[in-house]
Amino acid sequence: MPIPTASREFPRPSSLKVVPGTEGAQAAYPYYMQFTAGDDSRFWFYNSMHFPEPMSAFDMVTAEAAYCALGAANTRVHCLPTTLGIDYRILNGRVYIGGNGVTDPAEIARRTEEFKQRAFYYYENWERLYAQWKVKMLALIREAQQLPKVSLPEFEPLEHVRAGRGIASNHYLLETYQKTLEGYFRMWHHHFEFLLLGYGAYMTFFAFCKKAFPEISDQTVARMVAGMDAEIFRPDEEVRRLARRAVELKVHAHFVEGRTAPEVIASLERGGDPGREWLEELKTSRDPWFNINVGDGFYHYHRSWNDDLSMPFAGIPGYIKLVQAGETLERPVEKLQAERRQLIADYRELLSSDEERGAYDQMITLAHRVFPYVEGHKFYCEHWYTNLFFNKIREFGELLAQHGFFANTEDVFQLTHFELESAIVDLMTSWSTGSAPRGPQHWPAKVAERRAALKEWARQDTAPALGPVPDIIDDPAIVMLWGITRESLDAWLSAGDGSNASTEIRGFAASSGVAEGPARVVRSVEEISRLRPGDILVCQVTNPTWAPIFQKIAAAVSDIGGSMSHAAIVAREYGLPAVVGTGSATSRIKDGQRIRVDGGRGVVTILQ
Amino acid sequence: MASSGIIGWFEAIGLGDRAAVGGKGGSLGELTRAGIAVPPGFVVKTAAFEEFMLALEQAAPVRARVAELEAGDLAAISACSKELRARIQAAELPAAAAAELTAAHASLCERAGAREVAVRSSATTEDASDASFAGLQDTYLWVTDAASMLDRVRACWASLYSVESISYRRDRNIAEDDVAMAVVVQSMVDARAAGVMFTRSPTTGDVSVVTIEGAWGLGSAVVGGEVTPDRWVMGKITGEISVREISDKHIEHRRAGGGGVEAVEVAEDRRRTPCLSDAELGELRQIARRVERHYGCAQDIEWAVDSRGELRLLQSRPETVWSSRDAPPAARAAADPLSHVMSIFGGRR
Repeated sequence: MPIPTASREFPRPSSLKVVPGTEGAQAAYPYYMQFTAGDDSRFWFYNSMHFPEPMSAFDMVTAEAAYCALGAANTRVHCLPTTLGIDYRILNGRVYIGGNGVTDPAEIARRTEEFKQRAFYYYENWERLYAQWKVKMLALIREAQQLPKVSLPEFEPLEHVRAGRGIASNHYLLETYQKTLEGYFRMWHHHFEFLLLGYGAYMTFFAFCKKAFPEISDQTVARMVAGMDAEIFRPDEEVRRLARRAVELKVHAHFVEGRTAPEVIASLERGGDPGREWLEELKTSRDPWFNINVGDGFYHYHRSWNDDLSMPFAGIPGYIKLVQAGETLERPVEKLQAERRQLIADYRELLSSDEERGAYDQMITLAHRVFPYVEGHKFYCEHWYTNLFFNKIREFGELLAQHGFFANTEDVFQLTHFELESAIVDLMTSWSTGSAPRGPQHWPAKVAERRAALKEWARQDTAPALGPVPDIIDDPAIVMLWGITRESLDAWLSAGDGSNASTEIRGFAASSGVAEGPARVVRSVEEISRLRPGDILVCQVTNPTWAPIFQKIAAAVSDIGGSMSHAAIVAREYGLPAVVGTGSATSRIKDGQRIRVDGGRGVVTILQ
Repeated sequence: MASSGIIGWFEAIGLGDRAAVGGKGGSLGELTRAGIAVPPGFVVKTAAFEEFMLALEQAAPVRARVAELEAGDLAAISACSKELRARIQAAELPAAAAAELTAAHASLCERAGAREVAVRSSATTEDASDASFAGLQDTYLWVTDAASMLDRVRACWASLYSVESISYRRDRNIAEDDVAMAVVVQSMVDARAAGVMFTRSPTTGDVSVVTIEGAWGLGSAVVGGEVTPDRWVMGKITGEISVREISDKHIEHRRAGGGGVEAVEVAEDRRRTPCLSDAELGELRQIARRVERHYGCAQDIEWAVDSRGELRLLQSRPETVWSSRDAPPAARAAADPLSHVMSIFGGRR
């Protein structure tokens, strides 16, 4: 291991200390997620893209299941030649990850042969395998939906006795919990079945475009590939549809800006047949399209639109105004498709030779083939399934709270999934013995300690990366999924040198246009309600489900994300200027400051 | 408006006529015929120059004097230049030619509804992509009457015998008999802003962008490097503006009181104002695409926008820097189309 020079090194993991007073909360995470001495020689970075906030003990199941499945796909299933899986650690609630590159040429050659047999088969049979994937995924969703409601009766129901079921209800708690957990781990395997291959095919075309057209913007390449009717657009399309229906049914007066969703619904219920008809329309939109999170779905508190209608309802008044102004809210899919065809043809014409055009055709054909998965999987995996999963865990939380384990339902997310299983077994046991469970003496103090720790950790900044900087980042997974390159690391290093004094912040040009306005630094989803028309959203990571508020803000800036990210795609749809992947916008921009966002150049300027 | 042996209206000439109308004249004719907005005008063909020179040669040799000059002998070149230029400037045009030019000028002024013209040299060797010595000949702006026009035509001819032009030819051993000068007479654009554009990136050679530079007033301030222009880089196809550098444009070239051009200071509040709107940039981009398509290669274009916001092209010539470089293809079509993904998955060392 070469000794890294001081200027090329981030703090080592061992130099980072657990925040005093939070040691107990840190120790709650499983041993295999804790940093060890050997980790000092490796490069790690904070995965603020997926985990921008400190992770509660239970929520770490997402990191665990995702990296388990990602690693399996890379290391064992498709056998990526130059990389294995992603290792992860947690410190002060922050998830650090590190690639596991393959450098031995002989091993790369061996894996390359394996890769070609496996990955190329997937590429060749993509449509069939993806059709099959949707069937598998919907079956998995159905299984999760059909899991029994979590409950413990005082006495076993008489019909169970008469049917001779022979297995008491306490056993089904364990079964339901294990199936819930198993389904979540399984879902992540589905998630990664195509992901790296899909991104890789896209990146192949992307890299070609950057070589052939050195100044082409990332967003232009994305526009050449992006689908027009991807699932990700659908929830917002439903909100627009509902706004149009409200006008058609003449119930739009019920949608007053600032009124809560339950207030609007109550008012509609009193509004006679048209009101009830609109509520029926709402029902059809909700299943399945409102099974979408207001975040990335990685945190238990990223509730779905179905759980909390405030997000879709926040968008309806604005859309109603547009309908009344005579605008059609439907996305002109055919026109967009024709524009995309023209864009592809126009760039093709600029290439210098037929040979080059041949390569372009081959690469874009493959990119188009893989893209429906790249765009579509999130709705099924990160949104729909994740909602079902966290809500099922919530049922356990409610039951345990009823039995005195917790003060409230949400406390369940302060236990690791191992601890939760032990609490369930504790409850099962006490139900069977008739004695009091031990949990009520054990868990409340731990929950309080961990909640306090999360609060404390959220207040602390954390290093963007740890350990020695590698000479090159040759891990396609890290480059593709996190957009991390040597250049971005150098920028992070210099950002730590006090060069923060500059008023300019650079990121990826995600969606062009220039806008000025007051910055609204939003650190969590709950703060969305603070956004006012004309504000510029500054956040750690934007999410496509924030789309309904995109119509009211002037621009969006995020710490994390690439021009390929879904937020970027949706921002382009809205013509909303956006700069993503700035690394530090939320820490350098203060709430209320006037800023200028130049989405075409990827520059944010602090004006005051 | 009929063309003749010595007059060629833009509508009637093209690049194929370069030997008779020069590079600039041929290009303006070509653009006009392609339907691109160019200020109207005509070319005083090389035949007029030849006729004029014939009379001059009869009095005393001209070309033979230049041909015997030693390349690099600056003193001799300077003395010869001074003498020849004075002779050209002093000689009258043959009467028939002078009458024809005056008539064409009147016709142009009537058509344009304005008396002011630009008189621009259009050498037969100028603006060819292999021998770019653009700028060595002269351009006269805001020429206000026929007599001045004739005077400027002679001045253009005389510029062929400037120290720089003679030196250029002697250094490259260009035969004097091959050298001729046509002159463009063109309606003036009362430029609110003007500048240049390239149909590719001057820094990376990227053919998917258009680079536009411009400043207030006439384009001469930009071409002559007297002002730092505003600079934009636009996606040729998408119209996305990726670079927007607004400079401190401290001076602008404007029409001088008695004709000609003067540099005037730009008022404080306009200096840092973009000289083009986004809509105008978009229009320039469309023009750039049309011109490039017409020629089939990257172009270096001069443009102006008048006080009414109308865009006019003043010049277009092949871009010479990048087009001479042979870049390898970004990739070649592969027998197995899937093999391209190995550029991502195979390691990038």
